[in-house]
Amino acid sequence: MSNIKILLNGIIRENPIFVLLLGMCPTLGTTSSAINGMGMGLATTFVLSCTNMVISALKNLIPNAVRIPCYVVIIATFVTPLQMCMEAFLPSLYQSLGLFIPLIVVNCIVLGRAEAFAGKNGVIPSGFDGLGIGLGFTLALTLLGAIRELLGTGKIFGLSCMPEEYGSLIFVLAPGAFIALGFLIAIINKIRKV
Amino acid sequence: MENKLIISPSPHIHSGDSINKNMYGVLIALIPAFLVSVYYFGLGALIVTVVSVLSCVLFEYLIQRFLLKTAPSVGDGSAVLTGVLLAFNLPSNLPVWIIVIGALVAIGIGKMSFGGLGNNIFNPALVGRVFLLISFPAPMTTWPLPGRLPLTYVDAATGATSLSLLNEGTGHLPSCVDMLLGNMGGSLGEVSALALLLGFAYLLIRKIITWHIPVAVVGTLVASTGLMHLIDPLSYAGPLIHLLSGGLLLGAVFMATDYVTSPMSRTGMLVYGVGIGLLTAVIRLFGSYPEGVSFAILIMNALTPLINNYFKPKHFGEK
Amino acid sequence: MKKLQSTLPNMLLSLMFTCVASGVILAGVNKYTAGPIALSKAEALEKAIREVTPEFDNDPLGEAYKGVSFDGDSLLIYPAVKDGQTVGVAVDSYTKNGFSGEIKIIVGFDTGGTLINYSVLQHAETPGLGSKMDVWFRTDKNRQSVIGRSLAAGYLSVTKDGGDVDAITASTITSRAFLNAINRAYSAYKGTGADATTGATTKEGGNNE
Repeated sequence: MSNIKILLNGIIRENPIFVLLLGMCPTLGTTSSAINGMGMGLATTFVLSCTNMVISALKNLIPNAVRIPCYVVIIATFVTPLQMCMEAFLPSLYQSLGLFIPLIVVNCIVLGRAEAFAGKNGVIPSGFDGLGIGLGFTLALTLLGAIRELLGTGKIFGLSCMPEEYGSLIFVLAPGAFIALGFLIAIINKIRKV
Repeated sequence: MENKLIISPSPHIHSGDSINKNMYGVLIALIPAFLVSVYYFGLGALIVTVVSVLSCVLFEYLIQRFLLKTAPSVGDGSAVLTGVLLAFNLPSNLPVWIIVIGALVAIGIGKMSFGGLGNNIFNPALVGRVFLLISFPAPMTTWPLPGRLPLTYVDAATGATSLSLLNEGTGHLPSCVDMLLGNMGGSLGEVSALALLLGFAYLLIRKIITWHIPVAVVGTLVASTGLMHLIDPLSYAGPLIHLLSGGLLLGAVFMATDYVTSPMSRTGMLVYGVGIGLLTAVIRLFGSYPEGVSFAILIMNALTPLINNYFKPKHFGEK
Repeated sequence: MKKLQSTLPNMLLSLMFTCVASGVILAGVNKYTAGPIALSKAEALEKAIREVTPEFDNDPLGEAYKGVSFDGDSLLIYPAVKDGQTVGVAVDSYTKNGFSGEIKIIVGFDTGGTLINYSVLQHAETPGLGSKMDVWFRTDKNRQSVIGRSLAAGYLSVTKDGGDVDAITASTITSRAFLNAINRAYSAYKGTGADATTGATTKEGGNNE
């Protein structure tokens, strides 16, 4: 499988949100606006590509029986500095995403790709896999965030495009996330079948 | 000769029951409550009901015709009933566009996305109502004051319901006679206890519903709020006020008894009713929302399959 | 290279190596970002103080002191000083009476007890209802706004409780809590303000009276 194919595989055919349905917690929790979804997606993409490559490089040095704790420590080693840097240099984004950044450590997409792909493949393909899955995740989160922001507040990326009095609060809250995600997955399944 | 010996599976005796008949029966039972709401809220009540019914029917037709590509079944009256029940749960000064969104959610999300009538897990009208309540909390909780055939709509004078007064602990409650007749602020169909009881009697006489669910709901609520009132009469209102205010009777008689979303056996119905009563009491007394009937019914709707599983009707002849 | 077998020494070594490497990296990044993080936090707080007080040229964070409110809580007070004269204070106040949990605000008063501005730092009120307090109480409509009101004349309360501030539509509880936080802030400021600045008041010849 070529690297480009691996990349596209993560974005479309094995999109972590719409197809694999992994990592639902950050998906539902952070997508109250498009920019939040994108920030979370890009942070995860960064962690995912780095950990995939490192784990793939170290896979022969890690005995099978202790691979999960090792993976978790490696992932945490990328997430915590990311969180610190964000808090130091992007305080406003950190305020809206702060709670969810540490959760990337136990995001099942990251551990899942480490286990399913990086532990069995070379460094370069693993990097591309992480990038692809991460971009697929980012795409899904941005899309969901944009839909929720539009329906919930009448804005997209903070730009107003609806009458002032419009704002269906439920889409900003958790139940709206479930409804929007459900319909989005239904539509995508319909498109994929055609 | 051969044609006279048709063998078909049971049931062999048909009572003439049909979806149509039941739906229109419920609609007839709702007429007294509707008349009372028109008397107290006037033009607003009329507009809200008409808009809600029309948009429910229209959305059902459009979804069946163009999205699901099945034969439209709007004639069975279930969309009309959903529309009326949704309208009865709204304040009579709600802007038209919010009502249309509520109808779309009730029919589109509450009913059609589960596969239409008979497959929905939750009562569609309540899905629409709760969606609106969470989405537009301010317009959904400012209630017009009752008048005498007023011709106002969105510009009607507003006031609080007796339950929100209780929740916030200020103001004077309407008298029990006013609450019985419906002379108080509230959603348009829920204000008059008397009219709703009239509808309940009609439903019982026509055998459209049985007494189990409404009696279990009301009994449990009265018992639990009465208990709290006995323990601390100053901070908890008496059971009569809880019984007559808010959407309790409307919910217990017309929405909790929805065939599709309530249990089938008698025991199951009682369990389901007690659950609704308890949840309503808990939300009203300790929750942050003043009214909890809709949430209680939706939660128990979700538990209905489980109740059906544990309280199966006995097979004929089974000991 | 062959994959390492899961023997005890192998497992211990690889886990230890991973943890040590991770620790070193974390320590390094922490050392590098600790400064900027503290700086950005202080900056955010100072920005909030600047928003709610008159122009000042001192360091309110460094000169913060504690004041005791009418219900016995001690709140942080940041004085704003211009050309050696106190022009106002920002009080870091909170209330636990909110609809859902704590509401943290920072309120600015001038020396006469007039509310200059406020800023909501943290809350968990219902979005669309209680959360409107951020703009509601500064909107100049009917009797909504609390900006420019003097608390020296008495504490604020909503119209429902006999006061003269219009509560947020359908969120009386939040409105009450918000005003409670402001009243607490004022009482904390005046409570100790009286002792700490007695000297200053007499020196100015009692213009404050």
